[in-house]
Amino acid sequence: MLGATVADSTAPPHDHSVAARAVDLRKVYGEGGAAVAALDGVSVDFAAGEFTAVMGPSGSGKSTLMHCLAALDTATSGQVFLGDTDITRLDDKRLTTLRRDKIGFVFQAYNLVPTLTAQENIELPLAIAGRKPDRAWFDTVVDTVDLRSRLSHRPNELSGGQQQRVACARALVSSPDIVFADEPTGNLDSAASAEVLSFLRRSVDEHHQTIVMVTHDPIAAAYTDRVVFLDDGRVVDEIREPTADRVLEQMKMLSSGAVAGTPAEG
Amino acid sequence: MLRITMRNLLARKLRLVLSGFAIVLGVAFVAGSFIFTDAMSGAFSGIIKGTTADVEVAPKGANDFDSLQDRRTVPAEVVDKLAGLTEAQSVHPYNQQQGVYVIDPDGDLVGGSGPPGLAFNYSDTVAITGEPILSLTEGELPSGTSEIALEESTAERAGYGIGDEVELVTAGRDPTMTATLTGLMRFGSAGGLGGATLVIFDPDAMQELFFTGQDVYSGISLTAAEGVSQEELRDAAQPLLPPGVQARTGDDAAAANEAGVQEILGFINTFLLVFAGVSLVVGTFLIINTFSILVAQRSRELALLRALGASKRQVNRSVLAEALAVGLLGSTIGIAVGYLLALGLKALFAFFGLDLSGASFPITLRTVLVSYAVGLVVTMIAAYLPARRAARIAPVAAMRDDVALPESSLRRRLIVGAVMVVGGVGLMALGFAGEGEGGLALIGAGMLAILIGVALMSPVLGRPLIYGLGAIYRRVFGTVGSLATQNSIRNPRRTAATASALMIGLTLVALMSILGQSASASTDKAIRESLTSEYVVSNVVGAPFSPKIAGQIRELPEVETVAQFRTAQAEVDGSFAFVGAVDPNGFAEAFDLPIPGAVTALFRPGTVLVEESTADRGKYEVGDTIPMEFQGGTVKLKLTATFPPGALPANYLVTPDTLIKGGLEPLDSILFITKQPGAADADLRAAVEKITSEIPTVTLKNPQEFAAEQKEQINLFLYLIYALLGLAVIIAVLGIVNTLALSVIERTREVGLLRAVGLSRRQLRRMVRLESVAVAVLGAVLGVLMGIAFGVALQRAIADQGIDVLSIPWLRLAVFVVLAALVGVLAAVLPARRAARLNVLRAITTE
Repeated sequence: MLGATVADSTAPPHDHSVAARAVDLRKVYGEGGAAVAALDGVSVDFAAGEFTAVMGPSGSGKSTLMHCLAALDTATSGQVFLGDTDITRLDDKRLTTLRRDKIGFVFQAYNLVPTLTAQENIELPLAIAGRKPDRAWFDTVVDTVDLRSRLSHRPNELSGGQQQRVACARALVSSPDIVFADEPTGNLDSAASAEVLSFLRRSVDEHHQTIVMVTHDPIAAAYTDRVVFLDDGRVVDEIREPTADRVLEQMKMLSSGAVAGTPAEG
Repeated sequence: MLRITMRNLLARKLRLVLSGFAIVLGVAFVAGSFIFTDAMSGAFSGIIKGTTADVEVAPKGANDFDSLQDRRTVPAEVVDKLAGLTEAQSVHPYNQQQGVYVIDPDGDLVGGSGPPGLAFNYSDTVAITGEPILSLTEGELPSGTSEIALEESTAERAGYGIGDEVELVTAGRDPTMTATLTGLMRFGSAGGLGGATLVIFDPDAMQELFFTGQDVYSGISLTAAEGVSQEELRDAAQPLLPPGVQARTGDDAAAANEAGVQEILGFINTFLLVFAGVSLVVGTFLIINTFSILVAQRSRELALLRALGASKRQVNRSVLAEALAVGLLGSTIGIAVGYLLALGLKALFAFFGLDLSGASFPITLRTVLVSYAVGLVVTMIAAYLPARRAARIAPVAAMRDDVALPESSLRRRLIVGAVMVVGGVGLMALGFAGEGEGGLALIGAGMLAILIGVALMSPVLGRPLIYGLGAIYRRVFGTVGSLATQNSIRNPRRTAATASALMIGLTLVALMSILGQSASASTDKAIRESLTSEYVVSNVVGAPFSPKIAGQIRELPEVETVAQFRTAQAEVDGSFAFVGAVDPNGFAEAFDLPIPGAVTALFRPGTVLVEESTADRGKYEVGDTIPMEFQGGTVKLKLTATFPPGALPANYLVTPDTLIKGGLEPLDSILFITKQPGAADADLRAAVEKITSEIPTVTLKNPQEFAAEQKEQINLFLYLIYALLGLAVIIAVLGIVNTLALSVIERTREVGLLRAVGLSRRQLRRMVRLESVAVAVLGAVLGVLMGIAFGVALQRAIADQGIDVLSIPWLRLAVFVVLAALVGVLAAVLPARRAARLNVLRAITTE
């Protein structure tokens, strides 16, 4: 039944500048009267080479959206396209390969395998796939995150900011089509946050990387090209060229309920 | 705190099951051993009481439960004298004969060659239980030498019905005979002979067939008259008896026989309990490990309790209370499983000829108490160390993200381990110097200390092995292989403790297989070097057979000499002696004993040859007089020479007349045959086999075949030990399952991360499997190495007792390691499946 309701009416996306697209995405937890819709018909595109932030109050569905986009979770109905691929039709095996080869992840915490060195962690997705990293690209990424002197260290010998930079390097080293970052600076102080965010920014500007980041921090959102706001499982607004002040203002309006229910298409 | 403990337990049912399992198996072994020996004891007690009358008259030492066939008899006139006693209501003379076997219609021996084959004459004697010893249930009583009755279960096992012609092998007048089955009889009331078979003859036929037709009896049973006590009847009967014949009350006779049985059962019980102990030691490792992991995983929660004001003692007690609950539950289930295990042992021992199908398996209060005590003590000891560590968690740890338990340094472990190894070596050395059971206990304690010492040091000792394996893993399995290696060394204590449990089991398995192989090789050597006869005729288990066979073989034209080897038991200076007897004539041709001087001069009636190590232990020297206590009395013999160990299946060698003086019926155990010069092997074989073919108990073989038969016995015993050690290995394997499962739970987030970045389910399962194999191989290799060390040491120590060849079964040891690796694969199945099933998203977001 997954995605059946809208599959006929929606043609696969032909616009190759779209890296990821959600079409009428629904995610319902529980059944019957206890059913809660975390995503209630979300349709949104993420353009290639863009740095997008997904924001919204707690329970707005922003993390669920990202999990569905990133093939970590399955939607109740609707479709998710990564490039031309409808990932709602893929089995676990294909999803795993997809995550390995096409998607990069940065989580809020616990990004690294504690038994592996920084370098081994960075190369992990490639190693799992049995591929050798492109030396030049690896060097570029490592130099961009400024980790060369730390490559042989284990995660517990690195600071929180360094750990997140290793996670970013891992997400980028396999040149994925899209990187999903779930509150990547949630556990970091402001200096370390700035390091990580500017690194993400640079990888978009210099290497045309596509990044989707879930955050609740307006300062982090200000590093992006575009902010998509979610509330009650719907896309309610979006801002291009955001600044921290504008984002903050929008967030305040959202939490006071002023824009709730106002659909905004991107 | 108690409520928190209970809630903890219930919230973690899976862990409860896993950690309780070790207790269940360990306790089950203890309970099973007791239940089984109680069942045997009850069964034999039933047989003894069911065959004992108010007063028993017999030559002293004859006709007891553990007696060999006695040649002494009571003359018929004694029966007439006793019949005149007013104290006796009835007098029942009887004859009994061992070595009477029933052959089933397929030509096989009923009951195999283990349990005894008995023959009684019919009588209507009533036992002290109030039941008749024998009662006819079907058909008629036999009469004449060509009719028999069979005990019910014997007939059933053989598949004979009334009217059938039954083939018998006997130790009497006719080595083989055929008789018509006229009736079925029930033995006692319990209806069971513990696997033995029973043939019943007419009284006159019994004398005709087994007592050369003389009117003599094996013994006389007396039933007391109304109002006469057993003692009164005994006192009245004793004065009428010839010298050497004694009257015993039924109670005394039964008690004496039961004491004899208990001695054997006590040995079996100790034997089984040793293996139960091994299982418990292995189980202790498993419990320590499980609780350590549980405490480590709950350290945040425990720290929170500390932060909220719980004292160290309270935290300590909450862990111990959890252990107590697990121990109680585990012991309770263990007793139930022990009952099943006892039934399993029944089946195992039935394979060796002990039939307990009629026995009841009682769970006595003692069994219950011992089981609970063992289960609780082991669990509490095993939980104490982790509990102490849990209490040391600082309250501040509750606030931190990654809580590390305070752990003692590896250096301290190394030192303690080294001290234990040195102490253990010392204990073993003392044990080798000592004697008897005390020495054995010291050797056992020494081995245990060394094993625990090595287990303590194994986080360090095992390192090179894991690294070596890791190099192979990386080359063959790439990243998954190196992830698995990293996982197995990230917590060296945990890996080492898990591997140590397997190590202990495999140490003993390897040790036993080395000793078994060495015993086989020593047997080969002894037979090759000292046996000069071309052929051997024997029963597989050395059960005696009619001397008529030797007579028939001696008359064959192809045969030059036949040496009749007889066996007996005796006591010398309070210790048990295996006695061999052989006629000096013909012995020299059959055996090449390296004895200084002419054998014929040294070995003659009235002398004894003693095996060297036995002589050393007893400090006997050539020229000494040695009193040998046989069942029929003491015979004094002059020691004229010693012979090397392993050369003969006996510690003492005497002439046949000594056994007759000792009251024993002359029956042969082994015949050594030398060929007439010029006779063809094939002719001799054909001629002898014509004689032996009718008797399934007895076969002809050349020395190689004879050696193979002896080795078969060694292997059979080895397999029994493997089966008993198998349980310890199963516990160790459960330990691997447990550790892996808990580790997978502990690493949930990491598993989620790996899956998120693209590790497939298959790769994940392989990762867990490889870690499991690493742990199993580590345990197996350490175990086999320890087994080799112990095996060499023990073989050296007992070289003077006949196992003088060291032979290490390398191939078999290699197979053990490979099997352990396979076991590792199996142990990983469930944890790997669990890991692969984890929902990626939930795993990442889990707390």
